[in-house]
Amino acid sequence: MNSPKHSLRRNAVRWFSSLLVASLITPTVFGAGATIRFAGNSDVGEGGRLDRALAEEWAQKTGNKVEYISRPNDASATLQLFQQYWAAKSSDVDVFMVDVIWQGICGPHAVDMKKYFKDDEIKAFFPRIIQNNTVNGKLVSIPWFTDAGLLYYRTDLLEKYGYKEPPKTWEELTEMATKIQDGERKAGKPDFQGFVFQGKASESVTCNAIEWVYSYGGGTIVEPDKKVTINNPNAIKALDTAKSWVGTISPLGVTTYGEEEARNIWQAGNAAFMRNWPYAYSLGQDPKSPISGKFDVTVLPKGGPDGKNAACLGGWQLMVSAYSKAPDAAADLVKYLTTAELQKKHAVDISLLPTLPALYSDPDVLAKNPFFKNLLPVLENAVARPSTVTGADYNQISTSFFQNVNKVLTGGTTAKDAVVAIEKVAKRIVH
Amino acid sequence: MAREIDLLERQRRLAWYLILPAVFVVFLVIGFPLFQVFYYSVLKYKLDGVTPASFVGLDNYAFIFSDSDFWHAVWVTLVFSFFSVTIEAVLGLAVALVANSKFKGRTILRVAILIPWAIPTVVSSQIWSWMFNDIYGVVNVILANLHLIPHKLAWLSKPETALPVIIAVDVWKTTPFMSLLLLAGLQLIPGDLYEAASIDGATGIRKFFWITLPLVTPTLLVALIFRTLDALRVFDIFYIMVGGQGNMATVAVYNQQQLIQFLDAGVGSATSVVILLFIMIFVVLYTRFSKTSFE
Repeated sequence: MNSPKHSLRRNAVRWFSSLLVASLITPTVFGAGATIRFAGNSDVGEGGRLDRALAEEWAQKTGNKVEYISRPNDASATLQLFQQYWAAKSSDVDVFMVDVIWQGICGPHAVDMKKYFKDDEIKAFFPRIIQNNTVNGKLVSIPWFTDAGLLYYRTDLLEKYGYKEPPKTWEELTEMATKIQDGERKAGKPDFQGFVFQGKASESVTCNAIEWVYSYGGGTIVEPDKKVTINNPNAIKALDTAKSWVGTISPLGVTTYGEEEARNIWQAGNAAFMRNWPYAYSLGQDPKSPISGKFDVTVLPKGGPDGKNAACLGGWQLMVSAYSKAPDAAADLVKYLTTAELQKKHAVDISLLPTLPALYSDPDVLAKNPFFKNLLPVLENAVARPSTVTGADYNQISTSFFQNVNKVLTGGTTAKDAVVAIEKVAKRIVH
Repeated sequence: MAREIDLLERQRRLAWYLILPAVFVVFLVIGFPLFQVFYYSVLKYKLDGVTPASFVGLDNYAFIFSDSDFWHAVWVTLVFSFFSVTIEAVLGLAVALVANSKFKGRTILRVAILIPWAIPTVVSSQIWSWMFNDIYGVVNVILANLHLIPHKLAWLSKPETALPVIIAVDVWKTTPFMSLLLLAGLQLIPGDLYEAASIDGATGIRKFFWITLPLVTPTLLVALIFRTLDALRVFDIFYIMVGGQGNMATVAVYNQQQLIQFLDAGVGSATSVVILLFIMIFVVLYTRFSKTSFE
């Protein structure tokens, strides 16, 4: 009765049913593995390569999966891309790397990080960045690395032309750059430039120009109390000064340069001064770089003897998307990447500035980046762009600002007319 | 008689059934988005995912027409379109005439002229903008070494130099397309016309103006319509080569800025509608012109 054929069939049924049950159970029992899609740094630079590896490490340790998404090199282009994800409430990306100026824009699309970070953990970060990243009581994102505009200068050339220390004011910089440029060009380097910066009509020139304007006491376009202040004589003076560099100590094409265009000239040894972010430091000190060991960094000059030192606050934060399907795992990745240990790795390997003040006295960090020890006061006094007060409309104000400043630099308009035009747009938006 | 009408009616109905799927698809992919753009253009609608949309009537249009940036963009677009299309038509015809004549290696030439057209615009624009870099760009190096320019120029920093550069890049890229279309037109001209003209003792120039040009004109007009519509919508070359410089924005760049950068679906959609009407004017003008020239 119990024919072998019969039992075979019964066995088969058992097999299939147990497989079916197993397949139903497996994801819940063994499947701690969420797939986190992480939109991090651009793959073009070394930052992206390191971040991809760090995220992979986290995945290995926690049994999750990470898909790394490279972002465009240009910050404005990145924001345009991210805004499309947010507008569509897309769950395609779980963790975004976001700029310090986007907090107002990304606020509604972020998970409140206070849920995942304890108070004393939050206190370890620079309080001003935490303040910047807090929108209506919600901690939108966790500071990952910070940034500030710095003045790079060639120590060997300063010595060669008889200068003991870097310039204190923009006027001094102009004078020194003129002398060095003349001398170097006569010495057979026809392409040598006195000073390179970012003049491209994009967020890059907004950062540069807010430093000029603030250093001359011209404010920050829109003040924290929503007052539009850009139309003032100090701001006009600052823009006129910058205009005077174009075609004299700076190449005419500087009005089309972003960060990398400026750095290429600088790192080839073709500029005496450069305004750039800290990332250019470790690249310039690479043993293969022609200027390795021949330069240093300092705070950007004041606007005249009565001016202020200004450094535009930059930096990147990590945000968990409110539309993520695995917010806990995503927040865990953010926590992992922002620990002191990993920030130290960022600082030592690619000289990114940590967001934990404690690391600025860490011996390993200072051994690799001696210039960090001077940065704490720079960062504490850094100038924030008016993004918190203008929120989602910041883009419109910044666009008007950078287009008009760029126009001043190329000679398409006067500083006087430009500030009126910027004021008009800012007043239409801020009320 | 009645059966004949019946048959006709049935066939007509069948025809409708047959084109119905196509009508449906056209409605889905063209009609619906078009309607949506018109609808959005009368709303105050920010794409930030938080502000709710509200009806504002023609406010968005009023904003665009009072915005000097928009009128500047229209001007830039018209200048670009006029010069690029004109130069492309003349050069394209010349290249097509060469490619149409019989000589050794004609096939290779026909393939070779298509290369600029085959490279994606984003890639070729980026290459060109490096070539026009003020310090390292090959253009400056060559011109400066030949002493044709007193000092290296920052080509892309000012409209006076950037616009001609961009037009030149567009001509480089699109002339092959123009010549390909015109070549097809030239090949339709019967050879015996030229034979007859030769027997009558017509010179080459005469043959060109009395045979080639009149007979290639219909193709030329189609090619011009294609190119003008393309040029009026130009975005990629400008976006890559001069980026966010406000004084060199075309209407499409202006549109992208409103819609994508400022996330303003209202003003952005209204701009799209204005561009649509703007292009329609050109289509009407072209079709009028082509009708009068053939009737």
